[in-house]
Amino acid sequence: MQFLPELTLLGASLVVFIASLRSTEAATTRNLAIGLGAAIFGATLLSVNQTGKLFFDAYQVDLFSQVFKMLIAGAMLLVLLFGQALKGIPEKIYPEYYLFLFISVLGLMMLVSSVELLSIFVALELSSFAVYIMVPMRDDSGKFRFQMEAGIKYLLFGVTATGFMLFGMSYMYGLTGSTELSVVITKLSTMWDNPAAVIAMMMVLSGFFYKLAIFPFHFWVPDVYEGASNETTAFIATVPKLAAVALLIRLVSLISGDGQVIVNILMVCAIASMFYGNLSALVQKDIKRMLGFSGIAHAGFVLLGILTFQITGYANAIYYIVGYVLMNLACFLVICSVSKKGENVMIEDLSGLHKRSPIMAFTLAVGLFALAGIPPFVGFMGKFMLLAGALSEGYLLIVILAAVNTAIAIYYYLSVVRITYCSGPEERGVITPSILTSVTSVFLLAIIVFMGVSPQSFIDYASTAVQTIM
Amino acid sequence: MDQLLINPDYPHILSTLIFLPLAGAILLLFVRNEYFARYWALGITTLTAILSIPLVIAFDRGTSCYQFVEQVSWIKSLNIQYVVGIDGISVLLVMLTTLIMPLCVLASWSYIKTRVQAFMVCLLIMECAMLGVFMALDFVLFYILWEAMLIPMYMLIAIWGGPRKIYASIKFFLYTLAGSVMLLVAIIWLYIHNGYSFFIPDMMWQNYSSSAQIFLFLAFFLAFAIKVPMFPFHTWLPAAHVEAPTAGSVILASVLLKMGTYGFLRFAIPITPEATMTLAPAILWLSIAGIIYGGFTALAQSDMKKLIAYSSVGHMGFVTLGIFVLNTAGVEGAILQMINHGITTGALFLCIGMIYERTHSRELRDATGVGKHMPIFVTFLTFFSLSSFGFPATNSFVGEFLILAGTFEHNIWLALAAIPGAVLAAAYMLRMLQKIVWGGTDNPDQSWISDLNLREIVILAPFLFFVFWIGLGAEPFINIIHVSVENLLNNYHGFHNQVAVVTELITQ
Repeated sequence: MQFLPELTLLGASLVVFIASLRSTEAATTRNLAIGLGAAIFGATLLSVNQTGKLFFDAYQVDLFSQVFKMLIAGAMLLVLLFGQALKGIPEKIYPEYYLFLFISVLGLMMLVSSVELLSIFVALELSSFAVYIMVPMRDDSGKFRFQMEAGIKYLLFGVTATGFMLFGMSYMYGLTGSTELSVVITKLSTMWDNPAAVIAMMMVLSGFFYKLAIFPFHFWVPDVYEGASNETTAFIATVPKLAAVALLIRLVSLISGDGQVIVNILMVCAIASMFYGNLSALVQKDIKRMLGFSGIAHAGFVLLGILTFQITGYANAIYYIVGYVLMNLACFLVICSVSKKGENVMIEDLSGLHKRSPIMAFTLAVGLFALAGIPPFVGFMGKFMLLAGALSEGYLLIVILAAVNTAIAIYYYLSVVRITYCSGPEERGVITPSILTSVTSVFLLAIIVFMGVSPQSFIDYASTAVQTIM
Repeated sequence: MDQLLINPDYPHILSTLIFLPLAGAILLLFVRNEYFARYWALGITTLTAILSIPLVIAFDRGTSCYQFVEQVSWIKSLNIQYVVGIDGISVLLVMLTTLIMPLCVLASWSYIKTRVQAFMVCLLIMECAMLGVFMALDFVLFYILWEAMLIPMYMLIAIWGGPRKIYASIKFFLYTLAGSVMLLVAIIWLYIHNGYSFFIPDMMWQNYSSSAQIFLFLAFFLAFAIKVPMFPFHTWLPAAHVEAPTAGSVILASVLLKMGTYGFLRFAIPITPEATMTLAPAILWLSIAGIIYGGFTALAQSDMKKLIAYSSVGHMGFVTLGIFVLNTAGVEGAILQMINHGITTGALFLCIGMIYERTHSRELRDATGVGKHMPIFVTFLTFFSLSSFGFPATNSFVGEFLILAGTFEHNIWLALAAIPGAVLAAAYMLRMLQKIVWGGTDNPDQSWISDLNLREIVILAPFLFFVFWIGLGAEPFINIIHVSVENLLNNYHGFHNQVAVVTELITQ
């Protein structure tokens, strides 16, 4: 039972692998994938209260990891639901696409349970390599091959980041003589005056920063978002971030004593991410690029919760990243629906969306206002709690800078809302989302509002989960 | 918690007022019938207005406590409560909001032709948020409603606005949001320094350090001065007013601008009294600058809506002047003038909207000489114009008189500097009135124009009623605000006396 979600995923991968061996109808494959996704989500729900240690204590199953597995599976299911049409992928490789999707999710699920340097590395690589392949799997209808460019960029940056990480891990092992996370970090916490310890920590963090797209490991984001198909981008933009935050919290929560050096590093990265992301997003024309840059800024906000080193701060960070995933999924749902044959969506392609499909326009507006942090949506509550947490730890300057960033960000979100609501369709066709997509979007809207209006139970649950690893 | 009074006769009246429009809006989302949307919105806003009447009847005029209080814990871990209540400072603003909304719906009856349901949904959500802002006694609740209001207002301008609606709506949104982000930081700072409580009355009259008070005050000032708007933060206002549909302009002028001045009274003065004392002179002179600047700019406008918009800058300058002279006459005059400005300027925007519906132009020269053909309309317009520049026997006269009296008491030079503003107001309003009623020898042919219909008369009549009621018998209005204002000023002066005593002790 402890390993149930991972086993289900593995089984699901095998099923689609078998499907890939024979020629399967595209519709069958899609329905199969959704069914398997639901089964995986169900498995995570079943095993949510499991605890225990596996594989010589390298793999820890606790409430924290199980909650994240549930979130990862849930987000994956949502991506499968609204990306079911899979417009950007050639039909004949549908089974392979789902195969790599499931394997990547498997890697992410293993990542949140890993408490040992090597298993962290293996899990991270498993999830990354699957996505490296998913990116160039796009239909090359334009013959520009820019999905190849995106794939190569993603691979090179990814390999570099994990290279750093591995190098940092070797330092950690050298300094502490162990690969077990709890031992390593506890020992490192006593030697922050040793530059090697700080460098080792920085290098290991860089691996997660890469997944979370934090400055200065964000360079892949815009090009990969643009080059990958809309459905793949929806996946990359949301699901891996959950796992990255989980592991970041696991790592940072073990730091005891005076971790001021690490706090300073996190603070600089947070501020730089916010400013870089928001300022770059201002000038984007492709909505996926814009969301990519906004994602960099939001990752900076998440760090704001982590750098408090408090349980409430971690809980806020979890609340925020879950909210971010939901808001982002709402936006990507609209992108996937608006895109006719899987092509990229420019911001101006959204003109007159309110006439072409009122529900999509409404979903997009709510998603963007939520991302901008306007109440009563989840984005505001998350931001508010992060700022309150950081300020109660005395980080006044960073809170002010973060608040300034909110004001910058509103402009580009608002520009998109303006296009959808205030301009005519100009001969762009009507969009009729499938019933499944509409239901998903209503569900997303409801939960975005609900989490924003009554965050208490979510925060409590996140705190309980965090407490199990402290 | 001794500042809170629960009124047992009306235990949930405030929540009803807040959530009734919201519920109406949510229901309306599922309806696809324009006629139904109009009548539904009218019904909901009228019902809200009727339900709000007990507020003034049952309001206890002898106490400065918050009345009709409702208190429920909302987010426990952060100690955020849902707590609403009204006192003398907010009761009239609440009434103004509830009473003006049905008239806004009526004014949009034929003006809004496209996407009627969505328009009415925005109006109803606006009403919910505006009422909530005036009632909220928890700072997070206040901030959430204060920000949430931006979305429907943005939509009102951006979708149903005039030709430059996109520019105007984005400017409005960015200005207001940018102003209030520092307010958020200030709120969190106060929360941490008040034993982790967002309860507004707990934050008042505390001894924060001088430098902290200055920063808090500046954060408040930025948010509220943009909303008022005070010179030099006023540039969003003419754009937004001009482009907004009539109902949007009325809501902006009558209610939204009052939130800034309400914020000064509710937050800036009680929470940062020391900084208020230090920075009041600067704000007073900014108010004077606003009065004079608004007056001169209004004098030069050829667009009627812009003219009224700039006159708003001047009028709101009087209000901030009255607030920051910090004596009874000044503050009472300021609150009364907030109501008066809501009535008069709201009515003027409605009048201009009615002309616009006929001529499809906001230009003054296209509306010249309609007096002959629209006698009822110009009668209304004349009274509202007279009221706008504070003609005796109209409402604004009482407000401006009190403010100027308070200013004389405070500083004679300041009062003398404000006087030209009153003269300018007469100049630009009479200029507009003269052109609209008589015009010149080159009037366009207006003979085809029809006079007001019954609906339009019904819209304007209540405004006229209040213009004269407040103008001739302001006593009941002053009574309802008096105790709260006295309490505010007593606390303010008491705080400073206490500080003076402490400093004296230290120096000894």
